[in-house]
Amino acid sequence: MRKLSGFAAVIAAIIGFSGLPALAADAQDSIAAIKARGFLKIAVFSDKPPFGFVDKDGKNQGYDVYFAKRFARELLGDENRIEFTLTEPANRVDLLESGRVDIVLANFTVTPERARRVDFAKPYFKTAIGVVSNDKTPVKKVDDLQGKKLIVIRGTTADVYFSKLSGIELVKYDQISDAFQALRDGRGAGLAQDTTLVLAWANENKGFSVGVGDIGNVDPIAPAVRKGNTELRDWINDTLVKLGKESFARQAFDATLKPYYGNVEPENLIVEGGNF
Amino acid sequence: MPFSGAEILFDPANLARLGEGLIVTVRIAAISIVFAFLFGMVIGVIALSRSGFVQIPYQLFLQAIRIVPQIVWLFLFFFGFARLLGWNWSGETTGIVVFSIWGAAEMADLVRASISSLPAHQTQSALALGLARSQIYLHVLIPQAVRRLIPASINLATRIIKTTPLLVLITIVEVLKVGQQLIEAKILTNPAAAFWIYGLIFVIYFLICFPIAVLSRRLEAKWSAQ
Repeated sequence: MRKLSGFAAVIAAIIGFSGLPALAADAQDSIAAIKARGFLKIAVFSDKPPFGFVDKDGKNQGYDVYFAKRFARELLGDENRIEFTLTEPANRVDLLESGRVDIVLANFTVTPERARRVDFAKPYFKTAIGVVSNDKTPVKKVDDLQGKKLIVIRGTTADVYFSKLSGIELVKYDQISDAFQALRDGRGAGLAQDTTLVLAWANENKGFSVGVGDIGNVDPIAPAVRKGNTELRDWINDTLVKLGKESFARQAFDATLKPYYGNVEPENLIVEGGNF
Repeated sequence: MPFSGAEILFDPANLARLGEGLIVTVRIAAISIVFAFLFGMVIGVIALSRSGFVQIPYQLFLQAIRIVPQIVWLFLFFFGFARLLGWNWSGETTGIVVFSIWGAAEMADLVRASISSLPAHQTQSALALGLARSQIYLHVLIPQAVRRLIPASINLATRIIKTTPLLVLITIVEVLKVGQQLIEAKILTNPAAAFWIYGLIFVIYFLICFPIAVLSRRLEAKWSAQ
C-alpha cells in the first residue's frame, strides 16, 4: 500500500510537470468541491463600472457582480458565499487555467482565440458598435451617414468596421476624450464606438443620443470556466436558462446599468436566458 | 472652478480605502527590501570568488533575473507554479518572493561591485598585519563597501517600492489600484477625480521614498565625517 501511494505520487508529479492539466485542479472546481468548500471563487473587475467596480463602501458592485451573487445563491443558498478575486483584462484566462478561480464574470467577450483556452457558457450580455449624434441632426441608421463625416477612435472595432464602408468620411482621433470633444464641436455627424460607451456618454450629455446601437458584429459576453470543466459550464447554462424565465438580465440591467445608460431599451445589450 | 472635484479627497471612506492599499504596498515592499538586502549581501560576498562553480551559476541567476521583466516572473510564480506544481501561494506571498529574489540579485551585484572596487592594497595591508580572511571582510572590506553601497541600494529600494503597482496582475489591490477604483467609480459624476486621486498618490509615494533618501544622506554624511 505504501509503495503504491509512492508510485501514484511520482505519476502525479510527472503529469504536473509535463504541463498537462493537473488532476488535482479538476477536483477543485467541480460542483461537489465548491459545495464542500462552501463558497464560489469568482473573478470580477474592480474598476470597470457599471460591470464590475467597487462602491463607496468598498463592496463589489455592477452587472457582472449581480449575476455572480445570484449564481452563489442558486448553488450555495446564499448570495454572500463568494470570494471575489480582482481581475484585469490581461489575466482573466490565466486565473482560470491556474485554477485560482471557478468562474470569470468580467465583461469577457467570446472570441475564437479565447475559446481555445477557456470554456464559455451561454452569454448574458452583448456588445456592438453604436453611433451617438446631436439631437438636431440625428443618425438613426448607417445610411444616414452617407456623404458625411464620422468620428472614430483609431484602431477600435468601429474604425475597422467603417473603414470598409464607402461614402463615409472618417475623422480619426487617438484619445476617447478628444473624440467626444470633437463631436461636441460639430466636427462630425456622429461618433462611432462600443454601444455601452456611447450610451453612457449620451446619458451624461444633454442634447446627444444614440440613434443606432447594433452595428457590425454583435459580440456575445459570457461567463467562462476552466477548459474542460463542462460540469460547471453546463450548470451555468442551465441556471441562465432558468433565470431567463424571470427576466433576470432585465432586473440586473435596471439595478446596475440603468443609472449609467438612462432610459434606453436594453434589447441592444442584455441577453436573456442565454438566448443569443 | 480650479478645485472642483477635490471633495473626493475629503471622504473618510475613500481615505480609509487608500490607507488599506497603502498598508499593502508598504508591507510587501518593506519585507521584500529586507530579504533582498540580507540575501543580496550574502550572495554578493560569495560572488567575489573567481571559481567557475560560483561564477557560472551566479551569472546565470543574475542575468536571468535582469533580462526577464518582473511581470513575467510574477506571472510564472503566481499562475505557472499553480498550474504546473500545484503551489497555490497567495498573491502577497508570491509578490514578496519575486521581489525578494529580484532585489537580492541586484543587491548581490552592487555588493560584489562595491567590494571589488576597493583598492587591492587594503587587503594586502590587512594580510600583512596578520588578519585572517574572515577578519579582513568583517573589519576592513565590508565596512568600507557599505558606504559605497548606500546611494545605489537606496535607488534599488525605491525601485522595488515603485514596482509594486505590477502586483495588481496577481490580484493584489495596492494603493494605486485603489486609486483607480475610486476614479472609475466616479467617472460620470466627477471627471476631475483622476487629477486629485493621482495627485494624492504622487504625494503618498513621495512620503514613502523621501524618508529613505533622507536617511541615506544622513548616513553618508555621518560616515564620511568619520
